[in-house]
Amino acid sequence: MSAAPWRALLFCALAVSSLVCQAQRVAIKPQPLKSGLEFTGAEVRELQQDDFANPGMLWVTRGETLWREAAGREGKSCAGCHGDVKASMQGAATRYPRIDAGSSLLINLDGRIQQCRERRQQAEPFKYESPELLALTAYIGLQSRGMPMNAVIDWQNRHNFEAGRAMYYRRMGQMNLSCAQCHQDNWGKKLGPETISQGHGVAYPIYRLEWQTMGSLHRRFRSCLSGVRAELLPLGSPEFLDLELYLASRAGGLTIETPGVRR
Amino acid sequence: MTARIQIPASAKRGEVIEIRIAIQHPMETGFRLDDGGRAIPKNVVNKLVCRYNGIEIFRAEMGSGIAANPFLDFFTVAEASGELVFDWVDDRGQTGSERVKLTVSG
Repeated sequence: MSAAPWRALLFCALAVSSLVCQAQRVAIKPQPLKSGLEFTGAEVRELQQDDFANPGMLWVTRGETLWREAAGREGKSCAGCHGDVKASMQGAATRYPRIDAGSSLLINLDGRIQQCRERRQQAEPFKYESPELLALTAYIGLQSRGMPMNAVIDWQNRHNFEAGRAMYYRRMGQMNLSCAQCHQDNWGKKLGPETISQGHGVAYPIYRLEWQTMGSLHRRFRSCLSGVRAELLPLGSPEFLDLELYLASRAGGLTIETPGVRR
Repeated sequence: MTARIQIPASAKRGEVIEIRIAIQHPMETGFRLDDGGRAIPKNVVNKLVCRYNGIEIFRAEMGSGIAANPFLDFFTVAEASGELVFDWVDDRGQTGSERVKLTVSG
């Protein structure tokens, strides 16, 4: 018996398995993709779109000051290395979370700022969710406003993506609900008085009227976890970073709105 | 305290101009409890004054009913080029101040 049919069979098997792998690396997106802004009321939309009235811009203004402020033992400012924020940080937020070359761990924009502060400026890193970190994240995020989310899933971050997807579809908490059951399967429907959004994290950090302050995507994750009465994971935890990566891929193509305003 | 002020870049003498100010402040109402059940003391920006070339043109006294990060919007008549100075104070005695230049032509 010749080897040719076997080779052909092997080739087919490989092709199929690579297709399967390929399929797994793409998040299932709701159709059509809709920003959370489309699920809010007109007042909230107006508030976000007015660059003066948007309360998040206060954090941006603070971030602008911090960007130029020298800090730490090195006495360096962000601007000292990165220069003009409009040039150096344009599009930066579209690529996070990504793998940190040094540690091979997944890192988000907040984490990158903390890392820069610790290693380059030799300063005390800002706490996750601190007003300073939110201010800098908002200021840097603003430089990508209007640009499409563009998280690339490759061999380096594939396992993070897969862990994130597993979390997205995992039933959690006393309510026994997964992220997908609300935001993938039932978006657009009502949950009490609220319309369920598709749950894209494209406007973070956001000014949430319920919080009366700015908050990160991870704080929002904790709100949802608390909603389904699941165990609250810490801010900046690896599980949240994986989920953030999955969501970034799922929101691929939606434009960044930082600083967003939500209910 | 971070604040943002918006005034027109320039104005004609006698023109009515809009002035907007936003102040970053938690505006703690005094009605809330912390995680341990203790009352969080009231801390709001209770007074804000705006002076135009030294003359008080606007004053606001605020209380618990004003949301966090208060945003005030008012009008005045452009009289002469000069400076608008905003001063405010909260219940803890923390003060803030911000000034902007206004150019008036004609």
